[in-house]
Amino acid sequence: MSSSIKTVGVAGAGGTMGAGIAIVAARAGFATIAYDVEAAALKRARRQTEGFLRKSVERGKLTSDELDRIVNNFVQSTDLTDLGSCDLVIEAVFEDLATKQKLFRTLHEVCPEKTILASNTSTLSITEIASGCGREDRVVGMHFCLPAQLMKLIELSPGLNTSEETFETARAWCEAAGQTPVRTQDRPGFILNALLVPFNNDVIRAIETGVASPADIDKAVKVGLGYKMGPCELLDLIGLDTQLRLCEAFFPITLDPRAAAPPLLRRMVAAGHLGRKAGRGFFRYEGNTMFGG
Amino acid sequence: MRYRIVQEGESRSFPNGDPLLDGASADGEAVLYLGASHVPDISKKAILVELGTECLGAHTGEGYGDEGSNVLGFARYRNGDDPPSNLIELVVQPNSDPAAIETARALFEKTGLEVVVSADQAGRILDRLLRPVYNAALRFLDEGLASAEAIDTTCRLGLGYPDGPIERVMRGGLAHHHDISKALFEAYGTAVFAPARRAVVAKQRAALRADLGGRRSEPAVEPGG
Repeated sequence: MSSSIKTVGVAGAGGTMGAGIAIVAARAGFATIAYDVEAAALKRARRQTEGFLRKSVERGKLTSDELDRIVNNFVQSTDLTDLGSCDLVIEAVFEDLATKQKLFRTLHEVCPEKTILASNTSTLSITEIASGCGREDRVVGMHFCLPAQLMKLIELSPGLNTSEETFETARAWCEAAGQTPVRTQDRPGFILNALLVPFNNDVIRAIETGVASPADIDKAVKVGLGYKMGPCELLDLIGLDTQLRLCEAFFPITLDPRAAAPPLLRRMVAAGHLGRKAGRGFFRYEGNTMFGG
Repeated sequence: MRYRIVQEGESRSFPNGDPLLDGASADGEAVLYLGASHVPDISKKAILVELGTECLGAHTGEGYGDEGSNVLGFARYRNGDDPPSNLIELVVQPNSDPAAIETARALFEKTGLEVVVSADQAGRILDRLLRPVYNAALRFLDEGLASAEAIDTTCRLGLGYPDGPIERVMRGGLAHHHDISKALFEAYGTAVFAPARRAVVAKQRAALRADLGGRRSEPAVEPGG
């Protein structure tokens, strides 16, 4: 699959998602510029990236030559103007509308006319992020899944002003990068979170109203539907605080009662039962061991 | 463990030829009622009533929130006409006999099934959680959020599901989905359970086909219809 894009920038590449997106781009042979305002975050991301790539070699997924090529494709920068040489810039910065709008306005000044700006937002409107940036027709939603370097899916969404040419160029790049893009409208949560966030809330409400225990709900989903992981284990993995943040992003926009944070979720977050990272959520954790599942 | 089966018609949980049917005795510590009205019998460790969309309380009656006995409900989860899964949803009431629950669990697990315990709520665990997802996915399709393939691909690749919601609900049958959703909507009264337009259409079409059956050639059958 060919792409007219040769150089890719990732803004917010010091974060977990941004670092993963940079790996996707560099691994596929694109010159990749990983930008972040924090040098320390970039340093940490570089360590994690090299660790991931070394493991890929150990597992036979990459050759040493390919690893060298990827590393040579990859530069880091804390200077935003370095993104001026990019054909595509993907932002994965903090999920805040004003922050993303400001970044895109600046990128419009820095980048040549042809450059496509993509947002990895999971909750915000692509049309709103693009609004006022100066190149609304060359902005597209490009939502990767975590961890981006392992997950093939990309939700690709045009804003109201995105040109079809921009969308098709972005689609071709996703495919050239070895990803699987799916087209969605620019709506809150696109497909994945629009289905998952309310479903997770329904699970929490079922626990709260005594329908079944977390362990039995997870078992029902795994045995009955063949899912690899139950919803309670998944919630513990992504973090109950993250689920609460998603609810608070979606509910005011959609007014969908299923997207409203259940009272039990708020209580668990207040109690510090945030999931795996806190050692306790719906289940208890010690190291990599889960108890009560 | 010895158990007796009282059956009327074919069971959705245990279709003809199922090992559980073959393992039944003339009498035993437990009695399974498949499609048949149960007879209370406190001499048994457990009386197990196969449920459809109704609650166990419809069979036992309910009091002031303190109901419960050796009579339990159950259903083996099944997506429409797909073969039954290995999952048994065991339905209990607030004061169900713990010994009856353990007897039921042992009976089902002995035949290789896996048991989860659910309160006596409409839809039990899975239908209560899944039907709103299917309704939402069908609505997204109508609204043009994405194609059916995109919705299913997103769930398979993004969430690791073995199948997507559209393919699953279509495979199970939209008319089947309509019937379960309608029962849940009547029980809970919340819009999330109201059958999606496509399910309503499938149900209407099934009724029309039945009506027109003898009067004209068989109409084309749509997927999931």
